[in-house]
Amino acid sequence: MKYVALVYYQQSLINAMTEQEWHDLNQQCINCVENLTQQGHYLAGQALQPVESATTVRVRDGETIISDGPFAETKEQLAGFYLLEARDLNEALQLASHIPPARLGSIEVRPVRELPPKDV
Amino acid sequence: MPIASLLDDLYQTQSRRVLATLIRLLGDFDLAEESMQEAFAAALQQWPEQGVPDNPRAWLVSAGRHKGIDQIRRRQTATQHVQRQIDSEAFFAHDLDENSIADDQLRLIFTCCHPSLATETRLAMTLREMCGLTTEQVARGLLQQPATIAQRIVRAKRKIRDAGIPYEVPERKALPSRLQSVLQVIYLVFNEGYSSSSGESVVNVNLAAEAIRLGRLMSTLLPDPEVSGLLALMLLQDSRRCARQSATGELITLEEQDRSLWDKAQIAEGLGWLNAAMQQPPAGVYCLQAAIAAVHAQAASAASTDWSQIAGLYDQLYRLNPSPVIALNRAVAIAMRDGAEVGLTLLDQLSSHQALQQYYLLHAARADLYRRSGQMADARRAYQQALELTQQEPERQFLQRRLDSL
Repeated sequence: MKYVALVYYQQSLINAMTEQEWHDLNQQCINCVENLTQQGHYLAGQALQPVESATTVRVRDGETIISDGPFAETKEQLAGFYLLEARDLNEALQLASHIPPARLGSIEVRPVRELPPKDV
Repeated sequence: MPIASLLDDLYQTQSRRVLATLIRLLGDFDLAEESMQEAFAAALQQWPEQGVPDNPRAWLVSAGRHKGIDQIRRRQTATQHVQRQIDSEAFFAHDLDENSIADDQLRLIFTCCHPSLATETRLAMTLREMCGLTTEQVARGLLQQPATIAQRIVRAKRKIRDAGIPYEVPERKALPSRLQSVLQVIYLVFNEGYSSSSGESVVNVNLAAEAIRLGRLMSTLLPDPEVSGLLALMLLQDSRRCARQSATGELITLEEQDRSLWDKAQIAEGLGWLNAAMQQPPAGVYCLQAAIAAVHAQAASAASTDWSQIAGLYDQLYRLNPSPVIALNRAVAIAMRDGAEVGLTLLDQLSSHQALQQYYLLHAARADLYRRSGQMADARRAYQQALELTQQEPERQFLQRRLDSL
């Protein structure tokens, strides 16, 4: 099955890090991706720029509305995602527990939903 | 025995095992439930003519499996959308041996108690699927509306399917923490039965009995000191069920209970499980709680209770699980050993805990210690605080009686 692991943490924790700590966290993430790739679990993924860089788009009554910031005000913000291949939820949770920011924030694990076939 | 009563009997004793195996073979909770019902219906039709099979359970599993596969095929042709390939020939003898059957029951309880389900959902799923209670019975037991429970169960089954929660016994590394989740659910079921959080009667015998039944089942399926410890704890606590409440429904404290009403056979059984568990140290949280219950169970009278042993056990328990509630019980045990003044000092320290300030038992414990040391005005104030914090009717009556008697 395919699962998406959404990585959340409080940006303030990152801002409080020293250069060295931030460097180490990034290296740990690189290693994590390498391990997942070697084991055949890694399909795709991306870290994201901080939430201040986010812009939200909505379309209402045919009109496009652009606004600053993320859709929801929450304490923890989306910081990146992984697309994983796992046998079942237990394996996906076990893989997610090795994503380094799991120690800082939280990882939301969700099965992907396949869209139905295109209408002919 | 007429076929109908034989089948009734089989349904009582075997339907959960048949269901657990069918979930594995068919990979779907609802389809397994439906197919099991159809298998029992088929037995009622066929056995009077063809005779009762040598292994009725195997017959029921096999019939249920065929019904299930037919159903899958019908769905597949109807939608032209292949959901699952089941090879109807690949049905091995080991699918039905005793070990696989026992594993199926473990698979079922570990799936019902999976940590990705909310705690209240784990309770409902365990009572529904493992104990075979109807949705209405589960709702009554958990003091919820049947519609709420039904919805919770539908959502749980959907999540099990869509999120890919596997139907398996956890691997060795994950087993201890997953087992804790199962034991917690069983003990919650027991406690729901022992003291419903609001409402008329303190004792709801059915859920406590279901929890003990699950404890017994776990002890045969997965022998482990904490499983035995939990079973011992439940047996020892439940042994007092006839003494816990007066004929008019009033709560009777351990101290004031008529000990001749305690169930001696159940105490003996509880002590047996506890001794077995204590052979495999270190003692876990359930073993320690059972050991505390055992000290009470073995005291001929309230006055002869070995409080120093109980206080020592609470020390150990507090080291494993430093929760405010355990700290409270530990303070009470120390007070019984060293005197009310010592206990009151400990309780004063505890009352800074946010979680305990709104906990009626902290105030009830303070009131009791003031009463014992003759400080009636303080006792009265503390009983009133306790009364304001509990909605449970028997507890309120008990506190009111104590207050009136000062």
